Amino acid sequence: MFVETAVQDCYQCGKCTAGCPVAQHMDFMPNRIVRLVQTGDVEEAQGCLGIWYCVSCQTCTTRCPQSVDCAGIMDRLRELSAKQGTYPKGLRRVVLFQQAFLDNVRRNGRLNEVELIGQFKTVAFLKDFNVPLLMKDALLAPKLMQRGKFHLMGEKVRDRGVVRRIFDRCMNDDAKAGGSP
Amino acid sequence: MTAFGYYPGCALHGSSNDYEKSVRACCEALDVDLRELDDWICCGATAAHSLNHTLSLALPARNLGIAERDGLEQILTPCPMCSMELIKTQRALEGDEALRAKMADVVELPLEGKAEVINLIQLFQQIGIDRLHEAVKNPLIDVQAACYYGCLLTRPARVVEFDDCEHPQSMDRLLTALGATTVEWNYATECCGAGMTMANEDTVLELSYKILSNAAAHGANCLVVACPMCHVNLDMKQADVARKYGESLDMVVYYLSDLVGLALGLDEKALAIDRHFVVK
Repeated sequence: MFVETAVQDCYQCGKCTAGCPVAQHMDFMPNRIVRLVQTGDVEEAQGCLGIWYCVSCQTCTTRCPQSVDCAGIMDRLRELSAKQGTYPKGLRRVVLFQQAFLDNVRRNGRLNEVELIGQFKTVAFLKDFNVPLLMKDALLAPKLMQRGKFHLMGEKVRDRGVVRRIFDRCMNDDAKAGGSP
Repeated sequence: MTAFGYYPGCALHGSSNDYEKSVRACCEALDVDLRELDDWICCGATAAHSLNHTLSLALPARNLGIAERDGLEQILTPCPMCSMELIKTQRALEGDEALRAKMADVVELPLEGKAEVINLIQLFQQIGIDRLHEAVKNPLIDVQAACYYGCLLTRPARVVEFDDCEHPQSMDRLLTALGATTVEWNYATECCGAGMTMANEDTVLELSYKILSNAAAHGANCLVVACPMCHVNLDMKQADVARKYGESLDMVVYYLSDLVGLALGLDEKALAIDRHFVVK
């Protein structure tokens, strides 16, 4: 699963980490994560906070002198980490957010922001008892409403059946692939 | 009249509907017809590429299939997250006949790979800088803009193949032709935190603070973006940034189409500039 990322070509110059806008917050920085995958220590890599701090800005991938797709490695590690539940508790809310996002798109075909925020905050509250997050944007709603940016109903596509079938096929495809590296 | 396919994406039909209004107002003024993809679906964005690789190809592929079915040769995609996801999928399908056949089955549409995805800057380039220059009614003489390209307009470079990923100038050239001055600054291609606004706000505030303060330090009186997420983080969250870092920033953040529209003589209401959080 990492072959397409050219991970074996990395020679540890560290340019990925040097340009990463969030490296200073990571437990394992990008070059170390790449090295772990290279040496087959995928489990250690998929359990770190770093992959969930990553903002997918693609700077590492763009600048790599060896054309290693470092951001692609982050994606694959996140996928494994979310599926196998090996993500650290510290950034669990990022995982919960991405899962709520996809769940929402599966149901509506398009993102319903209000529904997503409600679902994300509820799940984050139930799992992490995150009270500040639950309350935080309460004052933002009226400001968005005033600007005509708040759509309670959201949009749904007409053919929601095809959206569900696409999701099911992709999930099945994944189960068949085994989700292992 | 010139016609383009149009993929707005979820943001432009949600809380970034000010961006859509601005893009549509410019297109109307420039006699450009936008044909929205019929029953388009979400591209999956960061959630899909973080959680399910196959899905991150399938959701964009469905939209590419819709465009081809409806005979749309070019798809204007004003959100760089959407456009990068669509182009990434095209590149993956181009080189892999088996994957293309499989994806066509998954999304229930033939996939020929014919449609071309363009961003908002490319739309204006196709209309023509000379034509825009001639159409100017109000030259932007008071504008000293920091053009903010962010991440996905130019990255990953070998996927999107647009402008220079380290020193892009396409937006600067457009605005200069409209009478504006653009400043040289350091954060034109640094990330604002993108879709982490809800999930990891501290990161967004930190990155946005660096961008906003660097633009001010280099003499900019406004920021210009061509991305709905950049606008959310730099405009809507600017009050939170100011509170966190104890600095008043007061940096107006325009969508590129806002400034094009103003130069063409449209008013702020027609461009939905009055619905931004930071206003002049």
